[in-house]
Amino acid sequence: MARLAGIDLPKNKKAFIGLTYIFGIGRTTSFKILNQAEIDPDKKVNELTEEEIAKIREIITTEIKVEGALRSEINQNIKRLMDIGSYRGLRHRRGLPVRGQRTRTNSRTRKGKRRTVAGKKKAPGKK
Amino acid sequence: MPRSIKKGPFVHYKLVKKIQEMNEKNEKKVIKTWSRASMILPDFVGHTIAVHNGNKMIPVYISENMVGHKLGEFAPTRIFRGHPGTKAEKAAKKK
Repeated sequence: MARLAGIDLPKNKKAFIGLTYIFGIGRTTSFKILNQAEIDPDKKVNELTEEEIAKIREIITTEIKVEGALRSEINQNIKRLMDIGSYRGLRHRRGLPVRGQRTRTNSRTRKGKRRTVAGKKKAPGKK
Repeated sequence: MPRSIKKGPFVHYKLVKKIQEMNEKNEKKVIKTWSRASMILPDFVGHTIAVHNGNKMIPVYISENMVGHKLGEFAPTRIFRGHPGTKAEKAAKKK
């Protein structure tokens, strides 16, 4: 069983897919890593040898930020925006979309589940 | 799409001139500006710039973290005072 960056890789998947289970590694990065380590990306995870895993582990620890370190960097960036009082920081504080999207409708990912506002009158007339 | 690097950062030329003069004289005065699109340069750190928000000038103290942002980001143009109807709800919750 391969364990990288505190994550168990799925046994029965191909190596390049397996690596994407780590936060911070997508398909592009995954291919880059495997190319650098000279491993066939189509090899299954449980067929990887210990040496190959060690190689991958070395590349990940030295060259890219993953999991906790990456998450904390993202949070720091957001915190910086909030601390300097920029518009983007204000939007983060309010939990609204940051990049100028409309908020009249949609943007439910940021705003969360709909909260119906009491006292809003329905448009009169047609059903 | 970001701005072409070739062009360099956009800063209103008068703003740069004023800041440079003040840096030479070691002065700290509030500069009024309407140029919200100007980028904050490292030279600006420590100064206070009054940025127009369409209604009045908002004093912005420039700290090191702000370098690379635009002045307008620190002077909000809209004030959100809550939706109609939610006020009554909030008041009811408090009681």
